[in-house]
Amino acid sequence: MTATTQQLIRSVAEADSPAQMTAAVKKLAAAKDEAAIPTLIAVFGYNNPEAAAAAVAGLIALKEAAVPYLLAQIDDYNYGARAYSIRTLAAIADPRALEVLLSSAVNDFAPSVRCAAAKGLGNLQFCKLDPPQRQTAQTKALETLLLVSQDPNWLIRYAAVVGLEALAKIPQLQQPIQTRFAQILATDTEQAICARVQLAQKLGIEDKLQTEN
Amino acid sequence: MTEATAEEYSPTNAPPLTKEQALSNLQSPDLSLRYYAAWWLGKFRVRSPAVVDALLAALEDETDRTEMGGYPLRRNAARALGKLGDLRAVPGLIKCLQCSDFYVREAAAQSLAMLKDKRAAQALMQLLEPGVAAAVQVPGRPHLTQPYEAILEALGAMGATEAIPLIEPFLEHPMPRVQCAAARAMYQLTRDFCYGEYLVKMLDSSNLQLRRVALADLGAIGYMPAAEAIAAAKVENSFKLLALKGLLEHQLQQESQGLFLTADAIRVMNLMDSLL
Repeated sequence: MTATTQQLIRSVAEADSPAQMTAAVKKLAAAKDEAAIPTLIAVFGYNNPEAAAAAVAGLIALKEAAVPYLLAQIDDYNYGARAYSIRTLAAIADPRALEVLLSSAVNDFAPSVRCAAAKGLGNLQFCKLDPPQRQTAQTKALETLLLVSQDPNWLIRYAAVVGLEALAKIPQLQQPIQTRFAQILATDTEQAICARVQLAQKLGIEDKLQTEN
Repeated sequence: MTEATAEEYSPTNAPPLTKEQALSNLQSPDLSLRYYAAWWLGKFRVRSPAVVDALLAALEDETDRTEMGGYPLRRNAARALGKLGDLRAVPGLIKCLQCSDFYVREAAAQSLAMLKDKRAAQALMQLLEPGVAAAVQVPGRPHLTQPYEAILEALGAMGATEAIPLIEPFLEHPMPRVQCAAARAMYQLTRDFCYGEYLVKMLDSSNLQLRRVALADLGAIGYMPAAEAIAAAKVENSFKLLALKGLLEHQLQQESQGLFLTADAIRVMNLMDSLL
């Protein structure tokens, strides 16, 4: 750890107003030093949305290096903090987050956490896994999102559609996802969900045309 | 307005009641069972003529009273009737606007806003007649003389354009929440963007509660120019998502049979995706 990073971490600890905290976190995030990771994650628990957003951005910039810390430091007692962790893991998209995203999407009591996990499940970089592992992981992500797409809460279903749309980029998964989309269009009573499915279908067709040309 | 946004959503808090039980509990000698049954029938939207009849009868209840003279069962029955969407409830709810219990009047106005039946306009306007000067706090109580927010919202929702001259002065009410309700109604009745922008400005308020109110109002009126401001507001994502859903639904209703999506609808969905 450089002396500067140490100094920046100390100013986060010593900040005594929300504005000071936000400024300090922004500076620490900008340093892009892996030594800052645990401090940035701790910011999720301070109930300061602006500072938390800066910490999320800083951690996403540090990519894979942040993943083991994020996985180890998930706050089981604070759903606000947990949602930031899951959003960050979802954005980094490292497949080591698979298990956490699977269980968060189904089991967490907080909708914000479940939504972030559902969105993240569709976007993981499955290509980083070996072929046999990759297939299992993709199947699990698909099964979980199909289940979550039946949730009573519209927001969870919306997030599941967003996750499924991303997952549909994988050729072998397209068939079951299109089938589910057709079911949702025929049965879901929320216009917003049906519109999101239509958007996913539209984007899917555009993707296909692009690859064919 | 905040019912569906509660973060501590729990699917397991439903008791093992059935429609028949809830209906018979409305006549139970145990007042707490009656009170709970009225809430339950609304919450689970049990739509049947028998339920509406029973709830209408509960609007006249005299047995369940609070120390302050309130009518708890009437409040819950009035709330439930708004959720059931049966217009037979309108005359009973209009009568409730004269109830001595503020919270019965408030529940009735909120339910009339959901039912959007213009038969209620006259009775709602009467409550506004005394003007802004009469819209003051009741001494020792945490509310104003009338449920102004609910009244203004109801008149806007039911398209009561004849109420515009009575509503407009409430933009100057000392309480920002009442101003928001007036701006919301004025936008619905005039489609003038200045009232939408009035609410957008409220999103910059230093008061979180007020920012949430303005968000909900913008969602309810489907004010599309506010989409980006909603997404950027300093409010929890769950509230922003609900407001954007309101914009999206409004947009979809204007499209022809929804077979294609407009650029505005896609714009709103992209914002929603970014908030997940």
